[in-house]
Amino acid sequence: MAEDLTGTVGPEQQFKNFLSEGKFMIQRCKSLNKFFFHPRVAFPGSGERDLEWVEASGNGEVYSSSCNRRLPEKGGDFNLSLITLEEGPRMMARVEGIDPDKVEIGQKVKARISSLNGEPAVIFDIV
Amino acid sequence: MDQNDINRLRGKTAVVGLAESGCGLASGWSAMEIMASAVHDALDDAGIKLKEVDGVFAATAFHSMAAMSLSEYLGVKPKFADGSQIGGSSFLSHILTAAMALDAGLINVAVVAYGSNQKSAGGFKTISEAMPYEAQYQPRMPVTAYALSAKRYMNEFGATREDLANVAVSARDWALLNPRAYTHQDGPLTVNDVLSARPIVDPLGKLDCCLVTDGGAAVVMTRSDRAKDTKNTPIYLLGAAMEHHHRMISEMPDLVQTSAIESGKRAFSMSGYNPNDMSTIQLYDAFTINTLLFLEDLGFCKKGEAKELVKNNNIGPTGNLKVNTNGGGLSCVHPGMYGLFVTLEALRQLRNASGDDVGQRLNGGWIDNAKLSVAHGNGGVLSSQVTNIWGVSDTL
Repeated sequence: MAEDLTGTVGPEQQFKNFLSEGKFMIQRCKSLNKFFFHPRVAFPGSGERDLEWVEASGNGEVYSSSCNRRLPEKGGDFNLSLITLEEGPRMMARVEGIDPDKVEIGQKVKARISSLNGEPAVIFDIV
Repeated sequence: MDQNDINRLRGKTAVVGLAESGCGLASGWSAMEIMASAVHDALDDAGIKLKEVDGVFAATAFHSMAAMSLSEYLGVKPKFADGSQIGGSSFLSHILTAAMALDAGLINVAVVAYGSNQKSAGGFKTISEAMPYEAQYQPRMPVTAYALSAKRYMNEFGATREDLANVAVSARDWALLNPRAYTHQDGPLTVNDVLSARPIVDPLGKLDCCLVTDGGAAVVMTRSDRAKDTKNTPIYLLGAAMEHHHRMISEMPDLVQTSAIESGKRAFSMSGYNPNDMSTIQLYDAFTINTLLFLEDLGFCKKGEAKELVKNNNIGPTGNLKVNTNGGGLSCVHPGMYGLFVTLEALRQLRNASGDDVGQRLNGGWIDNAKLSVAHGNGGVLSSQVTNIWGVSDTL
């Protein structure tokens, strides 16, 4: 029931709070036994609301990748990828520790929690 | 509801007037002024007075309530209006909604309009909010999204940047035949020009990306019984369908399959025609990858085969498929939301072939005997897909 939301926070803020605690958490629907991302108030498409937070393994694979060109004085080129998590869902993230144009589809990656512009962020490294 | 009920819209409405305004550079003009100018020109083209307009449909990146702002500016009090914003394909869905409202008798004359002064006002303009779960990584939207799709496409089907470049080369060849095109005087492109252009978001370079221009456009629609008595050749809406399955690129179920598979299937079904029946094919080419994806998803070839279909300038003026015959968003015009320009070109080709004067083209720029055009709109990041099928009277 969500008629009165006083004193609670929604899934987006819960996700961010977990990140601030150093935990990369994703949601799982208990009745379907399926993970999903991004965080929501119900399972997308069928609406189940028996959800729980589970710590992600952090293991993933590059689904696609791009090298975003940027002037050196503005921080230089950076990678932006879509990562398929071992649990099934996909998310946007950066792959770091490798030249931004050298990230290839199918490469195995591992998540860590870092920060971008002062906010905690999930970043991936090549395994 | 069965398919017969849905198909009752087939041929019930037509475009009877069209215009563009301020395409290219329109310094000193506001987006609203450009849009309203196009509406008045389209009504003049139709021979219909402003006071008869009772349906107003618009979306821009400058107005949060575009249909209301445009109505006020025109001095029109619409009985039905729709300002739905689903990105660049909005206008093709407005055309569907206008057809529904006309057919239901809610309105008698609809205008569908767009206007933008993004280029003269400083560059690409969007009112898109930051996407949760994406924004912190600072993607360069929309280019990053299309680059992610292009990279995946190349990986899955063995396509190369040369395959993507072929799309830009053919688009430019069409623009060279179209005096209205922004790059009409710029000369041809080579594959090497495209490959050596400044990289933006790999694998897409500057010439894989659409132009950034000003421009507005408008069309006037009526029911078909009235359309046949207007001064121009009416172009009938034979099929229309839409679908979308994501807003953020990270939520796209498969980066190489768009909802055009579904919108195209239903639009062609409503029209009673097949992709191969189309005299002209107008696709929303904001990026080179779009043309490959939409040729496949609309059924002009199988998935993964478009890279072969676009070889040897086969979608250029000398080729077998008449694709983006104005020069497209890549080489003709792209004022931020391109959907109404896809529509204009689909309509102009049919009107020209029917004897209307809709402007001059160099030899080969007009398609002889064109009777059917598909106009396909894309919005967001390969998100909303809307397909319209247009035909002249003997295709009804």
